[in-house]
Amino acid sequence: MEIVTELQQTLAETMVPGNLDTDRHSQPKIVVDELNLWYGETQALYDITISLPERRVSAFIGPSGCGKSTFLRVLNRMNDLIDDVRLTGRVLIDGKNIYDGSVDPVTLRRHVGMIFQKSNPFPKSIYENVAYGQRLLGKRKKAELDEIVERSLVQAALWDEVKDRLNEPALGLSGGQMQRLCIARALAVEPDILLMDEPSSALDPIATAKIEELMFELKEKYTIVIVTHNMQQAARVSDVTAFFYLGRLIEFGETRKIFTNPTKKQTEDYITGRFG
Amino acid sequence: MKQFLRSGDLFIWLTGVFLGICLLMISGLLLLIGLQGIAQFHPREVHFIEYQDQEGNRLLAFGQIYSSEQIPPDVLQQKGFRGASQREARRYLVRVGNRDIFGEDFKWIMGPTVTRDTLLANALVLEREENGNAYGILTTLRAPRGQHFETELDAWRAFERFHPLVRSLVHEVRDIEKREMGETNDAIRSLRLELRLMEYELEQGRLQPDQFQEAQRHIDAEVSKLELVLARQQDRIDSLRMHLAEYEIGLRVYAPEGEERVRIPLASIVRAYKPNIMSVSQTIAFYGEKVWEFVSDDPREANAEGGVFPAIFGTVLMVLLMSLAAVPFGVLAALYLREYAKQGLLLRIVRIAVNNLAGVPSIVFGMFGLGFFVYFVGGGVDRMFFPERLPNPTYGTGGILWASLTLALLTVPVVIVATEEALAAIPRGIREGSYALGATKWDTIRRVVLPSATPGIMTGTILAMARGAGEVAPLMITGVVKLATEMPFDSTFPFFHLDRKFMHLGFHIYDVGFQTSNVEANIGMVYTTALLLIIIILLLNLTAITLRARLRRKYRLVGF
Repeated sequence: MEIVTELQQTLAETMVPGNLDTDRHSQPKIVVDELNLWYGETQALYDITISLPERRVSAFIGPSGCGKSTFLRVLNRMNDLIDDVRLTGRVLIDGKNIYDGSVDPVTLRRHVGMIFQKSNPFPKSIYENVAYGQRLLGKRKKAELDEIVERSLVQAALWDEVKDRLNEPALGLSGGQMQRLCIARALAVEPDILLMDEPSSALDPIATAKIEELMFELKEKYTIVIVTHNMQQAARVSDVTAFFYLGRLIEFGETRKIFTNPTKKQTEDYITGRFG
Repeated sequence: MKQFLRSGDLFIWLTGVFLGICLLMISGLLLLIGLQGIAQFHPREVHFIEYQDQEGNRLLAFGQIYSSEQIPPDVLQQKGFRGASQREARRYLVRVGNRDIFGEDFKWIMGPTVTRDTLLANALVLEREENGNAYGILTTLRAPRGQHFETELDAWRAFERFHPLVRSLVHEVRDIEKREMGETNDAIRSLRLELRLMEYELEQGRLQPDQFQEAQRHIDAEVSKLELVLARQQDRIDSLRMHLAEYEIGLRVYAPEGEERVRIPLASIVRAYKPNIMSVSQTIAFYGEKVWEFVSDDPREANAEGGVFPAIFGTVLMVLLMSLAAVPFGVLAALYLREYAKQGLLLRIVRIAVNNLAGVPSIVFGMFGLGFFVYFVGGGVDRMFFPERLPNPTYGTGGILWASLTLALLTVPVVIVATEEALAAIPRGIREGSYALGATKWDTIRRVVLPSATPGIMTGTILAMARGAGEVAPLMITGVVKLATEMPFDSTFPFFHLDRKFMHLGFHIYDVGFQTSNVEANIGMVYTTALLLIIIILLLNLTAITLRARLRRKYRLVGF
């Protein structure tokens, strides 16, 4: 069994991203089954069933208010922080239901990192921002922290820009750098999954390009789920794409197929810019 | 015109005018207090004034002019000073001093009745320990071993030679009285307390009578030993006093009817100066000395003279204790209200109650402090820990701790409101960022929320300190006194004596200015003390503001 899995992975890695066959061979990392979600009396998500592949970029697209961000927040239980949220259905990560009573959302969030639309570094130094998660885990040794900080910043392609000013306030960085700092901060706790909620919508094209480049590199190690309003971005970075509309999952499939040959009329209309 | 009204320029003008009025009032107040306060220590010249009374008798006045004012025209008519020019028609408030001889310190003199006004070069002002200033001309000085100085010049030289020596002896006497005898008395008192405690235990049956008698004998022996020490200390004081009594000056003073000669012990003179012949540098040195005395010395003469150091100390210590109590209390309460409590009707009511608490008259807090802290808590502490001292209260009476806690209650709503606002201003994104990294709520509050809120908390602290430092009413019934013989901090264990009563600048102003018969003499002191109070509050606030600015730079929140 293990040998088979390994073989599948090797196959997957050698294949061109976005190829139809790739995803069939990739393991599903996240499996969502019949998910319904309400804010108070208002239902926001209807019967979502989807499975997202491991070590791939999955993109959620759809018009504003379609529930894609809400759905993203279901995956690391960020919605728990909002009063009046209720949901039914199952969300399996690595085969385990994260809404099971035995799962601690705090531990879960360590494995499922999140990047926000607006970069939100803490009002601390660059170093302390990256070390934050490890400090929460009780790591104190300077040498270990130094190593983790450097590794995370290198992974987030920020090390060269900030290595000489690690002790300066993070809020002195540019918008794009701040966003990469947030990615480094998320990577420092060594998650399996990265959720990105419109990570480049507040950035200029150059900074956006850097983030996208980063995603290509990161997906070799991490399962990435990204919410985006930018069709081109979804087309460029993702392997699979889900189209949400009015709280329902309308269409899900391999990105190239969604963008070139959607099966649903709504998907086509949205992608071609007829509404949304 | 319509165009002008519609453009809103009128409104801009109005806002400007009102701001201007506010600024004018504030600067006027500060200017008045500042000028009057600063002028207090200036060495005023001593005038020798000859004038006539209604019957045409020639009278004398010798003293410093404190103020002057225009005589109202009807008074002028009534007194029959017709023909006097406007410039002359003033009356002067002259401090003639020598209260022990003449009975009154101040005298109003009508300008038009003055026949002569001269400044004598050797006019002397004596500041004394008691009975206020003396004004006169030095004539003789007598020192031990038959030393006599008969001319003014010799006597003045001798005065300058002997005075520092005499003063140091006076301080020595005071030191023996306050410190050495105080320590001996404390030791005796604590031995007696020990005995009292044993009596108490004997009554409770926890001590055998023979044990008690043994201890009693021991303590009695110790006490009599200490009483011997006390007697020896008293002897030293007596001999020093005898020696001091041999220094004496002769002074020619001017009563209204003519000159008189008086003798004044040198030991009672704090400072002597000849203001009419002071050079600029001497004036500045004198001024500096007076200012230093004011901020560093104990008060004399029912607070009308000398310094206000105990009041400064009491004020600052009280404000610090108050902040120490109010800030953690307020911050924790605000944290619960903002971060943990379930938002709803109950929370709204609590919030309204907190806001209203800030508006309750401070005297009400004073009443509460007296009832709760002093009588209930303090009385309870006394019954629990100091039963042997009853019925003499230890904590069951007003003291700096209870006064500070009362003021802390008064200022805690300010801290709560400011902290809540600071917490609410922290962007949601920052909290979510922390949660997304696997932080618990407590982690997030401790590591991100609270540090970011510190500038706001500091703002609350500043407001609370400013309000607390200026309050007097609640203190009057929870521990402030006119004159505290012991400071809340001294060299005897445990150094901080929070049960002690204390002095406060605000109360000092009230006491000096309005609880005295000698208002004219004290009015300058009132202004100076007010100025000092303002400066101290300013300094406390500046410290807090600097701290806040530093924190703001550290926890700057931008880009949200």
